[in-house]
Amino acid sequence: MTRLTPNALIWIGLFCLTWLFAQFGRDWFAAMGLGWAMDYPDAWVIPIKDSISAAMKWLVEEATFGVFTFTEFTRGISWVIEQPYNLARALLAEGFMDGIGRRAEQILPPFSWIAVTAGVVALGHYARDWLLAAIVGAAFLYLAIFGQWESAMVTLASVVIAVPIGVTGGLMLGITAYRHASFERVLKPVLDLMQTIPIFAYLVPILFMFGFGPVSALVATVIYAMPPMVRITTMALHAVDPEIKDFGKMSGCTRRQMTWRILVPAAQRSLMVGVNQVIMLSLNMVIIASMIGAGGLGFDVLSSLRRLDIGGGFEAGIAIVILAVAIDRLSQAFATRTTHPPRDGSWVKRHPRSTTVLVILVLAFVIGQFIPGFQTYPEEAFLTTGDFWDNGVKYLNINYYDALEAVKIFFLSNFLLPIKRFFLGIPWPWAILMVTVIGWQFGGWKLALMNILMAGFIVSTGMWEKAMITVYLCGSSVVIASVIGIPLGVLAAVNARAGSVIGVLIDTLQTLPSFVYLIPVVMLFRIGDFTAMVAIVLYAVVPAVRYAAHGVRSVSPEMIEAGVVSGCTKRQLLTRIRLPLALPEILLGLNQTIMLALSMLVITALVGTRDLGQEVYIALTKADTGRGLVAGFAIAFIAIIADRVISASAQKARIRYGLEA
Amino acid sequence: MTKPTKLVCNALWKIYGSNTGGLSFPPAQEDLDRRGLIGAVQQVSLGIHEGEIFVIMGLSGSGKSTLVRLLSGLIEPSSGELLFDGQDMLKMSERDLIEIRRHKMGMVFQHFALLPHLTVLQNVAFPLTIQGQSKGQAETRAQEVIELVGLKGREGYFPRELSGGQQQRVGIARSLAVEPELWFLDEPFSALDPLIRREMQDEFLRLQAMLKKTIVFITHDFDEAIRLADRIAIMKDGAVIQVATPEELVLSPATEYVEEFTRHVPRDKVLSVGAVMVKGASGTGDGISVHAKIAEVASLVVEAGTPLKVVDDNGQTLGAVDAQSVINVLIGKGG
Ligand SMILES: Nc1ncnc2c1ncn2[C@@H]1O[C@H](COP(=O)(O)OP(=O)(O)OP(=O)(O)O)[C@@H](O)[C@H]1O
Ligand SMILES: [Mg+2]
Repeated sequence: MTRLTPNALIWIGLFCLTWLFAQFGRDWFAAMGLGWAMDYPDAWVIPIKDSISAAMKWLVEEATFGVFTFTEFTRGISWVIEQPYNLARALLAEGFMDGIGRRAEQILPPFSWIAVTAGVVALGHYARDWLLAAIVGAAFLYLAIFGQWESAMVTLASVVIAVPIGVTGGLMLGITAYRHASFERVLKPVLDLMQTIPIFAYLVPILFMFGFGPVSALVATVIYAMPPMVRITTMALHAVDPEIKDFGKMSGCTRRQMTWRILVPAAQRSLMVGVNQVIMLSLNMVIIASMIGAGGLGFDVLSSLRRLDIGGGFEAGIAIVILAVAIDRLSQAFATRTTHPPRDGSWVKRHPRSTTVLVILVLAFVIGQFIPGFQTYPEEAFLTTGDFWDNGVKYLNINYYDALEAVKIFFLSNFLLPIKRFFLGIPWPWAILMVTVIGWQFGGWKLALMNILMAGFIVSTGMWEKAMITVYLCGSSVVIASVIGIPLGVLAAVNARAGSVIGVLIDTLQTLPSFVYLIPVVMLFRIGDFTAMVAIVLYAVVPAVRYAAHGVRSVSPEMIEAGVVSGCTKRQLLTRIRLPLALPEILLGLNQTIMLALSMLVITALVGTRDLGQEVYIALTKADTGRGLVAGFAIAFIAIIADRVISASAQKARIRYGLEA
Repeated sequence: MTKPTKLVCNALWKIYGSNTGGLSFPPAQEDLDRRGLIGAVQQVSLGIHEGEIFVIMGLSGSGKSTLVRLLSGLIEPSSGELLFDGQDMLKMSERDLIEIRRHKMGMVFQHFALLPHLTVLQNVAFPLTIQGQSKGQAETRAQEVIELVGLKGREGYFPRELSGGQQQRVGIARSLAVEPELWFLDEPFSALDPLIRREMQDEFLRLQAMLKKTIVFITHDFDEAIRLADRIAIMKDGAVIQVATPEELVLSPATEYVEEFTRHVPRDKVLSVGAVMVKGASGTGDGISVHAKIAEVASLVVEAGTPLKVVDDNGQTLGAVDAQSVINVLIGKGG
């Protein structure tokens, strides 16, 4: 174990060389007159940004499909999405208006808060039992009492529209992929790519095509939330019992009947898992979507963050979490719901819940005409926790300022800054060479070629420095996340009690939308790289824990027994058997951690980082398509390089341990 | 044997594996091995007569399911010919095949294949609604067959609320709802407990006595085959090695492999009087049917003390049967 192989020696040598370059390269190259190797000259930058912007401009202003123009096409899509969205928004949040702008008059109010709450309570009871009904009812009451109702309903309206579109689209694509193997072959790499490309890469073009507003937000949400539905659909249909498929054929089903009467109903349970995924991802997008025009809770969080209004941001953030938890529990209950045989009798008798809700709806409307509190939750009765949070932060800052500051400075000067200096110090030609060598080592010439092209793109578009800051920020966060997450995962796997506690923690972390992490961290550490790092770690630690736990758990018991029989101590069992065998799985977790870290970047741009995320964020605010796309692609390329290298090495490890041929 | 043939297959082959290009039929076994192919069904020729229970028997992996899926048109053969009512099934359009499946064929599956989201009533009505029948019409008919299989009162249950035996009754009812002419059952009872299995076999025989379907029944259980079959096809490694009545199998097994199966069969329940009577001899009594099983008449013959008369279906005397030959069968000595 301690003997170094020649291979390892080469790697250590290369690393030392890189370190030397990073440390002294700037002076050496300057002395040799090779300054361009450190700072990529502006004159060499290929103006891809401008070309993209010009192309986009052409697309929007001039492109035509013959019968109609591109703009008419996107307007058409907008219109189709807008109609149901406006209806949902009117029903839930704003009521129906006559006229526009300030002189608009409400002709019909939205559903009363009482009726909506009654509605979700009924859904909870329908989907499972009174307990669930009470939980979701309490969640919605919370939204009303804490003054988040209207924003929450705007958010709910977009979820109510985005989810059916995402589910239907995913279902259709999934079914087509199931039916036509050739389509599946085309679709699969696209889905893989979508999963590695951070959302931000496509935010800007969407913004450009659909304009700032809820439609853009919905389109982005759907694109983000749909891929898992496609995968799950195809998988679920393939997994339907072959006997049931045979039965369908033997009863003389046509293809259409086979799909809709046999396969889809038989796969219902797995499909509901997909629906749940779509819902959760849609909620995850709530805050990001508000960057391109979604209103509601996401917008509240975003604007609070911009104003550094901690209390307000926290309240809206909690409201998102509560909404997410309520909807998540509801949809999970639907997924596992056991159907009951239809009842007999009149419609009212067969639908006691719907009837009750309808009655409450009408009553609340009528009474609301006279007592406004029945229509809209009275503002006088709002509770607010904003001051509480503000005071809490003040208290912490007054009493623990020094301690917190010390932690921050310790990390900054001993960890973050050295890493930053290291990455920024590497001359770009050397870095590209290293990336290529690594690619070649793990994945052969194909990976090497891909790496050189992608790294070349980043350099030649003038993104090098920002990319290095990105790598540094993500890299250090991933290191910390792994250092915390992997031991936790191992602990969870070897100790049942710790396992259940950690499991709950991880589940909770995973339900929270990514943004929410930012708020408490900003509260404690204000803005800057350290804050960004903490937020990224919180968000990205989940897969590190999960995969490590799964990897260690799934080491075959025979191997463990073999270890015990040959006299391993507990410690040796862990270090010699469990960990090495779990390595491939741990590597996959690392991969996921990197992906999540990269996807947090645009969010952490809010706290003043200077990386590619910031570049996308600026492009978003300026609707500069070229800039946004190029930065988005640069992030995507970093993600893809990391993904491919790690997947390849995980596969190598699997082969080495004989887990895969 | 005089009845018309419902389903005929000639030299049917089904080969699994990808490397099939340029294979000529019939292929040699070495040829298949060399290419890594599996001959799941090999050179099978059968004719299934109207109204008979035709049992396909073989051990696990012998190709029974593959054969029945070929016969029902669920999969396409690699080579061979398949005629249903004299029509070539392999040349039929998709539309015609769907029509045949909707109205003329029914199938019962080993693991029931019930749709989990539908009630018993809806499951049984399903094939009818697929044909486009109205809900009311379909459910009326479904109700009838549910009563026929003895599940009255459980129409509103979901499959998961029923026992295995009950679930298979639903499967049977569902396949009977369309009044099929040809009824396939692929190991319908092998997922059930032995006691339930016997009960279901009796039920099956009762139904068949009423309905007189043409039946292809798959089983890996020789006793079940003997109990139910008019004729049995024995399969091994994809090929059919003997097609015969249970009695013929016991009396003259084609190979040692078949003989091995028949060894533990209770012969008195398989052999009929015809197999042990003395032709042309005279006897007393009202006349025993030549088709009666030994087990049914044993006590009668032994107690009589003298040989008893054996008659055919028209009452013509054929010969006589004596106590000794019956006892020989009972104690397992020849036949
Ligand atoms: N779709 C398939 N692809 C490849 N090989 C198959 C396929 N279906 C069946 N086989 C092979 O064909 C052979 C016969 O299988 P089949 O299912 O017909 O056997 P069986 O007699 O029904 O067995 P059992 O009693 O276990 O159901 C087996 O060797 C099986 O592995
Ligand atoms: Mg089978």
